[in-house]
Amino acid sequence: MVKLTINGKEHSVDVRPDTPLLWVLRDHLGLTGTKFGCGMAQCGACTVHLNGEAVRSCVTLVSRAAGQKVTTIEGLSKDNSHPLQRAWLEDDVLQCGYCQSGQIMSAAVLLRDHPNPSDSDIDQAMSGNICRCGTYQRIRNAIHKAAKLQKEGGVK
Amino acid sequence: MSKSNLTRRKFLQDSTIIAGGLIIPFSVPAGNRKTVLADGADGTKFITQNAYLHIGTDNTVKILLAHSEMGQGVWTTMPMLIAEELDCDWNNIKVEHGPAGAPYIHTAFGIQLTGGSTSTWSEFDRYRKAGATARMMLTQAAADKMNTTPDKCKTENGYVISASNKKLSYGEVAEAAAKLPPPSDVPLRDPSKWKYIGKSKRRLDTPEKINGTAKFGMDMQFPGMLTAVVAHPPVFGAKVKSFDASKAKAIPGVQQVVEIPSGVAVLADHYWEAKLGRDALKVEWDIDPAKAIDSRDQLDSYKRIASTTGVAAAKAGDVNAELSKGSKKIEAEYFFPYLAHAAMEPMNCTVLLSENSCEIWTGTQFQMQEQTAAAKVLGMKPEQVMVNTTFLGGAFGRRANKDNDYVVEAVHVAKASGKNVKLVWSREDDMRGGYYRPAFLHKVQVMPATDGKPGAWKHTIVGQSIMQGSPFEAMIQNGIDPASTEGISDSPYMKEIPNHLVELHSPVVNVPVLWWRSVGHTHTAFVMETMIDELAFAAKADPVEYRRSLLKNHGRNLAALNLAAEKSGWGKSLPAGHFRGVAVHESFGSSVAQVAEISIVNDALKVHKVTCAIDCGLAVNPDGVAAQMESGIIFGLTALLYGEITLEKGRVKQRNFHDYKMVRMNEAPVIDVHIVKSTEKMGGAGEPGTPPIAPAIANAIFAATGKRIRTLPLRPEDLKTT
Ligand code: FES
Ligand code: FES
Repeated sequence: MVKLTINGKEHSVDVRPDTPLLWVLRDHLGLTGTKFGCGMAQCGACTVHLNGEAVRSCVTLVSRAAGQKVTTIEGLSKDNSHPLQRAWLEDDVLQCGYCQSGQIMSAAVLLRDHPNPSDSDIDQAMSGNICRCGTYQRIRNAIHKAAKLQKEGGVK
Repeated sequence: MSKSNLTRRKFLQDSTIIAGGLIIPFSVPAGNRKTVLADGADGTKFITQNAYLHIGTDNTVKILLAHSEMGQGVWTTMPMLIAEELDCDWNNIKVEHGPAGAPYIHTAFGIQLTGGSTSTWSEFDRYRKAGATARMMLTQAAADKMNTTPDKCKTENGYVISASNKKLSYGEVAEAAAKLPPPSDVPLRDPSKWKYIGKSKRRLDTPEKINGTAKFGMDMQFPGMLTAVVAHPPVFGAKVKSFDASKAKAIPGVQQVVEIPSGVAVLADHYWEAKLGRDALKVEWDIDPAKAIDSRDQLDSYKRIASTTGVAAAKAGDVNAELSKGSKKIEAEYFFPYLAHAAMEPMNCTVLLSENSCEIWTGTQFQMQEQTAAAKVLGMKPEQVMVNTTFLGGAFGRRANKDNDYVVEAVHVAKASGKNVKLVWSREDDMRGGYYRPAFLHKVQVMPATDGKPGAWKHTIVGQSIMQGSPFEAMIQNGIDPASTEGISDSPYMKEIPNHLVELHSPVVNVPVLWWRSVGHTHTAFVMETMIDELAFAAKADPVEYRRSLLKNHGRNLAALNLAAEKSGWGKSLPAGHFRGVAVHESFGSSVAQVAEISIVNDALKVHKVTCAIDCGLAVNPDGVAAQMESGIIFGLTALLYGEITLEKGRVKQRNFHDYKMVRMNEAPVIDVHIVKSTEKMGGAGEPGTPPIAPAIANAIFAATGKRIRTLPLRPEDLKTT
């Protein structure tokens, strides 16, 4: 049994400790918002927050997350009100959408650490996330917009 | 009620269960024009016949899409067409994928299909008519209730409003409208009255795709379902000789190991255990060495083939005679590798099997083909197979598989195991799963005429046929697969060249190939647009001016070219070390021109900006068109920089995104899209943005280095400036 705190809720999961957190989230807990894209820390589709830091859950063993705080896309906001979600809505960022949970989770950490990110901050924080649909320009613009929304609305 | 209905009842989003209201089937052949509802045991109603538009008594406007949402935006564009005529409240629209079925057959292709950049233009009338039909019936019903006549009523935002300002909502009159005969003559609005068409609309699928609730095929989960991971042969088509599953079965959670035609499947409670089980399998394969091809040998053999006579795809004048005159002949040989689609969501398919029926949940561009193929495996009738389309995590052609590969595989696993199963491919399975953009070799000889324009052009193309073995095999006429020659034999340049010959060779190779975003244009545009650039240079002409002179009878290309040139500041000075290149290409009914601005610093390429102009005729959702251009450009840029699948002894070398790289945020250029104000015939948007980008950049690289690019992807030596 592994004990996990995910989006503020406690879970105990009967799972082998070498299972990547990604599959515990998806297959054991039904939190399918976190996506499988590569399984080897190449694409960022599986990005979640572990104690507030962006990690690739496909290479993070569940044992490492035991007793720690995990936030997934489902826990980012209750009602799509996070500045990033609002900016994504306004700018029509996404296409197929498969990479976007990971994009948003990476961007959330960026925005917390750099409330006013430069383009090169964005390059740095976001280049681990692949978007095969090529929505990069819109992601970049929406991060800038979210930074403004965050300032206006106060940090959540 | 059959067991299948029970499953369906249990798992289907409740929104497909409808309670009364008005259903408008699309204008499919007359015999199908009826609404069929089946009563569920608990009084709810199921749509058994495929309806496209349903107005609920609660004012919801439900649209069942014939097409699959794979990122291209049909989830929004199609509702715009309906809303344009229906005058409904945009916020009350709910969209779902339709099932497999005759009413969903593509108006142009004759099978159910999302592809070929055709969705918007091919459904432009049908969807608007459905909206208009509903509005007429709702208006009539409301007029009857308000004791007036339809001509004295108007519709607005989901209401019918009478001359005396009485209002009834669509929901209030939907039941009554359903009892009326559908009108036979349905006039459509004059474009001057359009409120939606031509104005950008935000995507309707965003809310669920930014909070993790959107369901992709990969996300389907059913109680008791097992996950299957399959060991595939290392060489395409090889069969299992023997296997030892003892180590796999020893892994806790692994439930079953079964042999299927495409390999050995490990079924487990969860993906991770199934994957560990697959890793622990020992499989002996029966490999025919003659079928284990090598990329290097393939290039050599294609070169040999190119020196022989092929099948003529286009011909005018006497090319050989003209080529032997004069001394300015330009000769070039190009090579393009196999490319994987690498959709972000690896292939997967969920199958719920019962004795008399089968339910499939998957992301597909090809519903009826999947249905038929699954039925064949199971010995069922197609009607016994229900195909539920989820969101597609990218497709780019891969999810319209001519052999229905991943669906058939999943059905085989379910059949062999007797279990409800979700088949999941790892990224490695996906990368090595074949169905690539074919490798192509082009050999070109051009003799400029005295005015610098091409006077004679001989073009030989070598590459596998995509249409062979596909539902569109009949497109192959006289040995010419148009998917191999499109963009060359029908090029506006070629038509103007007095002496030309285009020849095709279609060798058979043991690597499955498929349409890949923009199909033949992925390579033909590169050859044409870099060659034209080379001719412009030889003629000491400006590349844009030179193209203008060749395209003067081709208005759409010219319009796109002119707009891109203007918006990019073509001819104006650039920062030191920056260079521009241009390309224009027509595909899928649209013309796209792109100007790329690059620099090369320390032998590294930086694409700063791409200015893009498209003439797609009427742009229903302009921002959606812009998004497709941006997407197509990144897709083509990725192929130029990195795209290459190679084989060694029949084994695909690439595995994952570390050796089949993608353009990332730090390499993504600024993209500036402009849409030509056009009254031309509507064309596509999903694909035509891809072909011009690689040649535009290659032409900019020439401007910087003086070197022509003949082989993709780019090699480090292509960028050396010294
Ligand atoms: S799935 Fe984890 S980085 Fe790609
Ligand atoms: S939106 Fe499709 S992969 Fe990013």
